[in-house]
Amino acid sequence: MAYYEEDDLARFSEVGKHRPDLFEKFMAWYQACQEDGALSRREKALIGLAVAHALQCPYCIDAYSQSCLEAGSNMEQMTEAIHMASAIRGGAALIHGLQSHNSVNKVSM
Amino acid sequence: MSKALPVVQEKSNEPVRAVIDFDEKLAAHGLELRAAGVETLQVNTGKLCNQACKHCHVDASPARTEIMTRETVEQVIVALRRFRISTLDITGGAPELNPSFRYLVREARALGAHVQVRHNLTVMFEPGQDDLPEFFRAHEVEVISSLPYFLAEQTDAQRGRGVFEKSIEALRRLNGAGYGTEGSNLTLNLVYNPVGAFLPPPQSSIEQDFRRELRKRHGIVFNHLYTITNMPIKRFLDYLRRSGNEERYMSRLIAAFNPATVEGLMCRSLVSVDWTGRLYDCDFNQMLELAVAPELPQTIAEFDPAKFAARRIMTGSHCFGCTAGAGSSCGGAVAANS
Repeated sequence: MAYYEEDDLARFSEVGKHRPDLFEKFMAWYQACQEDGALSRREKALIGLAVAHALQCPYCIDAYSQSCLEAGSNMEQMTEAIHMASAIRGGAALIHGLQSHNSVNKVSM
Repeated sequence: MSKALPVVQEKSNEPVRAVIDFDEKLAAHGLELRAAGVETLQVNTGKLCNQACKHCHVDASPARTEIMTRETVEQVIVALRRFRISTLDITGGAPELNPSFRYLVREARALGAHVQVRHNLTVMFEPGQDDLPEFFRAHEVEVISSLPYFLAEQTDAQRGRGVFEKSIEALRRLNGAGYGTEGSNLTLNLVYNPVGAFLPPPQSSIEQDFRRELRKRHGIVFNHLYTITNMPIKRFLDYLRRSGNEERYMSRLIAAFNPATVEGLMCRSLVSVDWTGRLYDCDFNQMLELAVAPELPQTIAEFDPAKFAARRIMTGSHCFGCTAGAGSSCGGAVAANS
């Protein structure tokens, strides 16, 4: 058995079983975030896709891949969003090189 | 006629399955599906087509031989004349390949009917069809053409290799004839449908993309873009089953059920005629051989709009395709996105 089950995405609401009040509050917030606002649904779906990749959450990747298509994005745009997430992750790792440099400098003559 | 396109042999004769009955879903929202009149006669002139698109609900292809005869075309014209039906919507297959197509258009226009043709663009490059833009213009036909995306990759994936390039050339010719251009009364509408198992984006949003990209990349203009949901019928249903997407797609359609779409559904204002003259509530029911209610006249020869005006509509699980999200009809979305 795989650690992640594709069908679990449709069972998400079961997470609310023991504290439905908290889950309902989460869902209301989550749904409100998706609506057209200062950002369009399409832009929000691309942000969702990028964050899903940064988090490497397979459920979120499935959900936001579909959302992006249904918001009218194409693979070129979605791939750019994925590169944005990956580049920032890469940059975030790389800038810690300075931390390493600082540590080395502190103990070096 | 192009033979390069694959003809999908698999047939989905078993209807799509859904966990909820469509009529029960309507009833749960206090709704019932009945016609509101007959404004449009939608005539399917046959299943012969120069293309074999992967999503085609008609299962049309160059190999199909079902085609409306002149005798049935005459019955359609008699009905148009007798009942003064305001719009004739001609579809197929590629309707232009029916030998009686131009006769039907001329006669309907002479009767004062608005004529719209579901024109696949590439048929213009078949023998004897290169004057289609001029023919359409001469008869002020509204042209409605499928272009699933403004990029070749997606369009060719659905409609066959090389279709995008030919479609762009055909659109240039239609623009050249005055279609879709500013100040012209010649209407060119495009149809978007998803290249896969997902719902269409909001119509106004994707229309803006098409308008910007087609103008920028190819200098092409058009009037409106209609978004149409892929119906779980025939070839698209085959695809859903082959790709393991049937259950998920149907769940998506049902979850996106929008009661606000029901009022504007196309079945409420049109009657569909098949190549043999039999009558249906829509082109999708036609492909499923789900005829109009049994108490009604069953053929165009017996047609009487008074009996059809408030008829009950025959439904099936596929109807969830027309009520999902912003809804779907031959004229695109029918409601604001839910």
